[in-house]
Amino acid sequence: MNKVTKYVLYDIVRNRFVMGYTLLLAAVSFSFFGFDPDPNKGLLSLLNIILMVVPLVSIIFSTIHFYNSYEFIELLSAQPLSRKSIFLSEYIGVAASLSLAFLVGVGIPTMLFEGTERGIVLIISGLLLTLSFVSLAFLAAVITRDKAKGMGLSLVIWFYFALVYDGLVLGILFSFSDYPLEKVMLFLTALNPTDLARIMVLMKMDISALMGFTGAVFQDFFSTNYGLIIALSVLMVWVVWPVALATRIFNKKDL
Amino acid sequence: MSVLFHSLLLDHRVSPSFTRSHKKYPQHFSVQSCGFKTPRKAVSENGYAPAFSFLLFVCLNATFFLTSFSAQARTWKISPTQNFKRAVEQALPYDTLLIHKGLYRINNIIIDKPLTLIGQNFPVLDGQFKNEIFTITANDVTIQGLHFENVGMTSMIDWAAIKVLESRHVRIIGNRVRNSYFGIYLSASDHCLVQENDVRGNPKEEQNTGNGIHAWKCDSIRVENNRVAGHRDGIYFEFVTNSIIQRNFSHQNIRYGLHFMFSHKNGYFYNTFRQNGAGVAVMYTKFVTMKHNIFEQNWGGAAYGLLLKDISDSHIEQNTFNINTIGVYMEGCSRSVFSHNQFIKNGYAIRVQANCDDNTLVYNNFKGNTFDVATNGNVVLTKVAHNYWDKYEGYDLNRDGIGDVPFRPVSLYASVIERIPQAMMLLRSFTVTLLDRIEKIIPSITPESMKDESPMMKPIVYRKK
Amino acid sequence: MIRAENINKSFGKLQVLRNVSVSLPQGRVVAVIGPNGSGKTTFIKTLLGMVVPDSGTIYVEGRSIANRHDYRAHIGYMPQIGRYPTHLKIKQLFDMMTDLRKENAPKSLDEDLVVAFRLRDMFEKPLGTLSGGTKQKVSAALAFLFSPPILILDEPTAGLDPLSSELLKEKIQREHGNGKLILITSHVMSDLDELATDVLYLQDGSVQFYSSVDDLKLGTGEQKLGRAIAQIMSKTAVLSKRAEAIKI
Repeated sequence: MNKVTKYVLYDIVRNRFVMGYTLLLAAVSFSFFGFDPDPNKGLLSLLNIILMVVPLVSIIFSTIHFYNSYEFIELLSAQPLSRKSIFLSEYIGVAASLSLAFLVGVGIPTMLFEGTERGIVLIISGLLLTLSFVSLAFLAAVITRDKAKGMGLSLVIWFYFALVYDGLVLGILFSFSDYPLEKVMLFLTALNPTDLARIMVLMKMDISALMGFTGAVFQDFFSTNYGLIIALSVLMVWVVWPVALATRIFNKKDL
Repeated sequence: MSVLFHSLLLDHRVSPSFTRSHKKYPQHFSVQSCGFKTPRKAVSENGYAPAFSFLLFVCLNATFFLTSFSAQARTWKISPTQNFKRAVEQALPYDTLLIHKGLYRINNIIIDKPLTLIGQNFPVLDGQFKNEIFTITANDVTIQGLHFENVGMTSMIDWAAIKVLESRHVRIIGNRVRNSYFGIYLSASDHCLVQENDVRGNPKEEQNTGNGIHAWKCDSIRVENNRVAGHRDGIYFEFVTNSIIQRNFSHQNIRYGLHFMFSHKNGYFYNTFRQNGAGVAVMYTKFVTMKHNIFEQNWGGAAYGLLLKDISDSHIEQNTFNINTIGVYMEGCSRSVFSHNQFIKNGYAIRVQANCDDNTLVYNNFKGNTFDVATNGNVVLTKVAHNYWDKYEGYDLNRDGIGDVPFRPVSLYASVIERIPQAMMLLRSFTVTLLDRIEKIIPSITPESMKDESPMMKPIVYRKK
Repeated sequence: MIRAENINKSFGKLQVLRNVSVSLPQGRVVAVIGPNGSGKTTFIKTLLGMVVPDSGTIYVEGRSIANRHDYRAHIGYMPQIGRYPTHLKIKQLFDMMTDLRKENAPKSLDEDLVVAFRLRDMFEKPLGTLSGGTKQKVSAALAFLFSPPILILDEPTAGLDPLSSELLKEKIQREHGNGKLILITSHVMSDLDELATDVLYLQDGSVQFYSSVDDLKLGTGEQKLGRAIAQIMSKTAVLSKRAEAIKI
């Protein structure tokens, strides 16, 4: 499996797009941190980028890459390799290259300017968000045969998770504000990878505000590292399940 | 001399009659008392008297200055083998008791005359969880360098390690208090000094522990350079006036680091209140001055850096509010000035209830707070000006250091959270950012009056002492 | 040796393969032909495991290929259009393939085509910069590289210049001589005429006929394969028209 990954990775790393993405992230990160002497503000601006741009680029690039590699995947599937290993090799190749881009573009500047626990949590959540959206992209790509449809589906997924979902949640909150919604809120958060990544960063950045919750459920969730570990684990589930489901579909798919 | 030693050996107690007859040799007496039998032989039989006398002479010179201030005052030494209670009873006013290192199992010692009790290397006074240890009912008492522990606990009486009742000029300096119900307790006293004490409780439930430093109905007291931890309230004042509280460190108390009510005209300077269960709460008081204090790391649904309830005509200046769920919470607060404070990384820097009026908020720094100001209504903070807000995105065309467009510190989202606390989960999401942006461009919900017309472009730097 | 038994495959409502049962022995060069959309490509893909049949079994070297992938070590496949990762160099592609098939590959690689197409001169070129013809050469060279007993060539000469086309055909004939089973789909009848020993004719997903080229020529009395096929195709067309007429 890693034999193929090696070449997929090699191919993508030399891709101008990934290079450009890395440089863009680095430029944005350095300007955020350099612009304001307060690293806290840089971190906040970076959080917005991580919640919007990183998922978008990850899902679109991965979808395009998958469709562009279709013939190569065909060629590989004529070799003595299992479908699963071909698919996972592709996934690992794409995920690794985008992660590398993120780590270089965001990770290095963040560690330079704000190498604290908060910075590290920001990097980890951004990394997992990248992996999760690559995973979703692979799922979208195996579901649809047509490239245009696949791209459309990916965009819809991004739009939903990054923009629409929180609006819906806010709507639910307004409509049912008379009911105890603590557990519902935690549950709803778990259904969106960008929300999970956001909450993870909040737990380090805005803990003083979060601790203002009077509800015991929230208190327990936020006051210890327990909440952070749960959010991290659920986010990892968001990395694993789409690609696991996609692998199952790909196994039976007619190429 | 040997006769005298005899009497000492017989009942092991300090004999006032003895000391009075030898009032020039108090040091001699105590040296002897430490090592009974051998010195007695040495002096009486072996004729070491000359050498011994020389030694005495040196000691005398050392203590002469102490005793020479008052012709009447004597200095006594007490060791663990002696009866502490009797020693205190038998000492005369203005005497000094030097207490040797060791363990004294005592309680309910009543000090009803002006005495100076000085511990050497922190002798341990163990109350064995019965009653309180010292009860002072006289003026001009000094308690210094003692280690108090294990004070009894009852729901009826507030037992304390050191209790001062209706006295003046009592000085409690450099003591340690451990594991006690109340630590240092002043009642109806004035001109007292509580200084450099270290009071530490065993944090249990709120109802099972008293206050570290407690003062009721006192006037002109000074509480300074103390450390208090693990009590119900670190420092508690009720009806205390004209007093100064400075350079204390009150942390990890179960309820409040500092708590006072009806305590007018007090000044609080350079204190640090950290990680207390509910921060600091001050109520029903006028003319409070709080300067250069640090309020930090008070987290929780009902935790405040500083809770001001019915406070008026006060000055809150040059304090630092750092990493609290709510930096300052104001309820029924009026005619007070908040200036040159630092609000850093709080959940809410300031939360104002609608029943506040006529307050002034000027020259403060707001940095890295999740929300700068939140309110439950249309607050009238009469004057908000010249603050630095790190969320300000305006411009300064004439380069006078003051932003050209006003800043509104109450965000729409903060107002939403007022109504629906669960919406906190959406903090920093795109939807929320979008809402706040729209509100900034077209203000509709956030209070019109709540704005800084002259926000500073750069943080305010003020002299640090 | 490939044996297919009652292969059926539908894409949605469209049935692409109907009860295909054929036995393809070693030492033959089988031309898989048929009109567009007759199921040629799907048939080839089922042999490679890219398409999983709805029913029926395929045996390669006597073993069923269902849920297996190791049998593909016995097959060399040349796709119709070779598309490769654009930033990979030719050498890296060859290295990767060698890497992947190392365990099952013979000790010495068959580099006849690499030499014949002068691919070594271009080894350092990224695949994205290659012309369509050169990519075809790369695909062909890869298919033969591991001397597999079975070769599946999808439109092998399309896009190749006449010289390269001849070189490839020579290679196919040589491998035929080595007793390999070679499946070729092509629309260039003259090429098939030179190469094929058998013809497998598919129409609407079913096998119309499967016979040796000699028999076919004898039966139709034509000297050229193309004509022979055309004759049969027109006959079947007439037949199907009649069948439709009867139905009406």
